[in-house]
Amino acid sequence: MKTPRALVPIVIGLLILGGWEWFVRSGRVDDVLVPAPTQIGEWFWLALRDGSLASATWVTMRRLMLGFVIGAAIGIPLGALCARSSLARDTIGILSLGLQTLPSVCWVPVAIIAFGQNEAAVLFVVVMGTVWAVVIAVQESVLSVQPLYLRAAMTMGSRGWHLWTRVIFPAALPGVISGLKQGWAFAWRSLMAAEIFVVILSGFGLGSLLHAGRELLRMDQVVGVMLVVVGVGLLADLIFFSPIERWLRRSRGLER
Amino acid sequence: MPANPSSESSAQLTLSHVTKRFHGRAGLVTAVEDINLQVKEGEFLVLVGPSGCGKSTLLSLLAGLEQVDEGSIKLDGADVVEPGRDRLVMFQQDALFPWLDALENVLFGLRLKPGLTDAERAEAARYYLDLVGLADKEKAHPHELSGGMRQRVALARSLAPNPRVLLMDEPFSALDALTRDQLYGDIQKIFTQRKKTIVLVTHNIREAVCLGDRVVLLSPNPGRVRQVFNIDLPRPRRINDPALATLAADITNALSAHLAEPKEGLV
Repeated sequence: MKTPRALVPIVIGLLILGGWEWFVRSGRVDDVLVPAPTQIGEWFWLALRDGSLASATWVTMRRLMLGFVIGAAIGIPLGALCARSSLARDTIGILSLGLQTLPSVCWVPVAIIAFGQNEAAVLFVVVMGTVWAVVIAVQESVLSVQPLYLRAAMTMGSRGWHLWTRVIFPAALPGVISGLKQGWAFAWRSLMAAEIFVVILSGFGLGSLLHAGRELLRMDQVVGVMLVVVGVGLLADLIFFSPIERWLRRSRGLER
Repeated sequence: MPANPSSESSAQLTLSHVTKRFHGRAGLVTAVEDINLQVKEGEFLVLVGPSGCGKSTLLSLLAGLEQVDEGSIKLDGADVVEPGRDRLVMFQQDALFPWLDALENVLFGLRLKPGLTDAERAEAARYYLDLVGLADKEKAHPHELSGGMRQRVALARSLAPNPRVLLMDEPFSALDALTRDQLYGDIQKIFTQRKKTIVLVTHNIREAVCLGDRVVLLSPNPGRVRQVFNIDLPRPRRINDPALATLAADITNALSAHLAEPKEGLV
């Protein structure tokens, strides 16, 4: 009988958790500094029951989604423009390249001064985190579309909008998707930074929960929230980006 | 057969004094110079020559993907200035869109042709896929097809919008010999059935003689018309036919003789 693929990581994971639990319970470390898995589980259970974890996750996800969608909606056309016009490439393109290297947490002070401690500031940080990576990715993937496709499409009478939507965009799609994935990762990081460093009065997100854990010296809460943050990132990849990428690769014969 | 009145399916192509130059690394390079040719309605014209003779450039000019520097190219009296669906191209690589299946690839050009209903377009696409022997592959994506099948889909895609001229840029050169021989048969069948005007570019002289009504031998540096051969062999022709091989040898000799001549200006 063949062992299911999931079995091995599960067994190894349980072994590590068991070892960790035993190590903390044996009194070799202070459980204030290193909480046992059961303590984290306990916090998790309580936070779920009083609804604070769900509401914080919801607040954070809403900010992330909204910022990401706005960032992509700005980044995709800007990237296309940069690919099309060398003037745009020399201005917006260069600017994007520069701003992409700027750690997005650097936008937090700007956002707070400009907007105050509210949703607009958080959104601004997330959008700034997303948009530049998307611009660069879209520009690069449009520029690397095979000229042969364009020649073939043009001989068949495709021009302008038709050429962009039916040929250039589909051809560039794999690159655009990886750009969006990168934008998502940047947005996620910048949002956490904003929520941890700044008390956002308009909503209590995961970052705020993490921050509160620090203030209360609650390592179980800190580690618990970190696990949720990891889980959200993993889920976004598993249920959104990976299936799209796999489908793209399969339908174009890049993977079996 | 849907919407394909044969009266409008062929055309006359006239090239007069066509010259095209490129900016190369060594300055201005003349790719083709003073080319004068007429392609008659329903004629199969083949341009052959060694690399550097500008045959692919000439095809790009005919397709409207590049513009002439001097002279003119006219299709039925109208100047060729941009790509258009009256002159469809089969490229060296199939140029099929990997995100579309075979049927959608064939439909791509048809969808851009006005005045047809969706049902007529689908019918025409299926007709041409059937014509190239791939009726059962309409749902297959390009990567699921062999090189020969992909070139067949590309052929169906170029034929489906019923262009006045079919331009072929070495479409068989990347295929194995067996597949190539099959395609020679297919092309000849389609050519005799549908009486298309076809211009084929190749460096394979045997292929040229097998397919062409007329073979135009181009010489390189710059590309000029060297000699024109009329091929009066009956169709369908087989690539291994001895008469065909003899003719091909004559053309090869003419080409070698020219290449052996001392270059002007170097004497």
